[in-house]
Amino acid sequence: MPTKMRLFQVVGRKAPTPNDESPQIYRMKLFAPNEVNAKSRFWYFMHQMRKMKKTTGEILDVNEITEKNTNYVKNYGIWIKYNSRSGTHNMYREYRDVSLNAAIDTLYNDMAGRHRSRFQSIQIIRTATVKSSDCKRVTTTQFHDSKLKYPLPHRVVRPTTKQLRSKYLATRPSTHFN
Amino acid sequence: LVFLGISLIWYNMGFTRFVEVGRVALINYGPDAGKLCTIIDMIDNNRVLVDGPREKTGIHRQVMTTKRLSLTDFVAKIPRNAKEKKIVAAWEEQGILAAWESTSWAKKLATKKRRAALSDFDRFKVMIAKKQKSEIVTKKLSEISA
Repeated sequence: MPTKMRLFQVVGRKAPTPNDESPQIYRMKLFAPNEVNAKSRFWYFMHQMRKMKKTTGEILDVNEITEKNTNYVKNYGIWIKYNSRSGTHNMYREYRDVSLNAAIDTLYNDMAGRHRSRFQSIQIIRTATVKSSDCKRVTTTQFHDSKLKYPLPHRVVRPTTKQLRSKYLATRPSTHFN
Repeated sequence: LVFLGISLIWYNMGFTRFVEVGRVALINYGPDAGKLCTIIDMIDNNRVLVDGPREKTGIHRQVMTTKRLSLTDFVAKIPRNAKEKKIVAAWEEQGILAAWESTSWAKKLATKKRRAALSDFDRFKVMIAKKQKSEIVTKKLSEISA
């Protein structure tokens, strides 16, 4: 399923000058919706951390990094720095998902929902797939049970297609399906 | 044995169908509606990793929201994250497809599908058959009540 955020590797450096023939090359992995935004974010970060910007530098390469295997569930640990209304904080968040991009999507939506922080106030410092034994959050570790099983209580009945929706039903719907 | 069954129902708060590794579920919404799939892992509260197996039901390995699933009574004996081959083997060993087809749930779905695909001539034939059936029934009923 296509995600909003994609992982890009952007490689860039300060433009070579007569004083500095081959400047230091920097590589950044960052999340952005597309290549154009990726390049823009690259300059945003590089400008903060090194003395270079879009006008004085050049981007050598932009590559998308895709998930190696989306066929199994991983625990993603994400370290972020975000601005709240009264300060800036570090955070560590965990998400269970099938691909890193999907986890990052969830992260941004989650941060927006829980902390009202938007894309521009969040910086992703580090991401990693975390081993089940190293996970810290209960919401992820509760799924690390080999014999996990749970019922689906209170199922809301939904017609199979939109066309089958009706304003009135003959009988009151049941929400218990064992 | 009856006591065990009742205590199990009590222990499980009346639930008998669970989201678990191997649970066979019917997809009830979306482009794959009406097809069976096997749950091979749980991602989080709302999502599960699901596989057909593709050979048996046409569903590829994918993420599915539990909202789209109707759990059935069948559980395939597979390990978590089982490869498609293992799921197919479990399905064949346990005869899940045949068992599903023989449930009244599956039969009702099949008749619904059949009825939706009837041509006008077929519907005419159904009307005639219904009339013939009701004729037999009323005749028998009048014989009994007389």
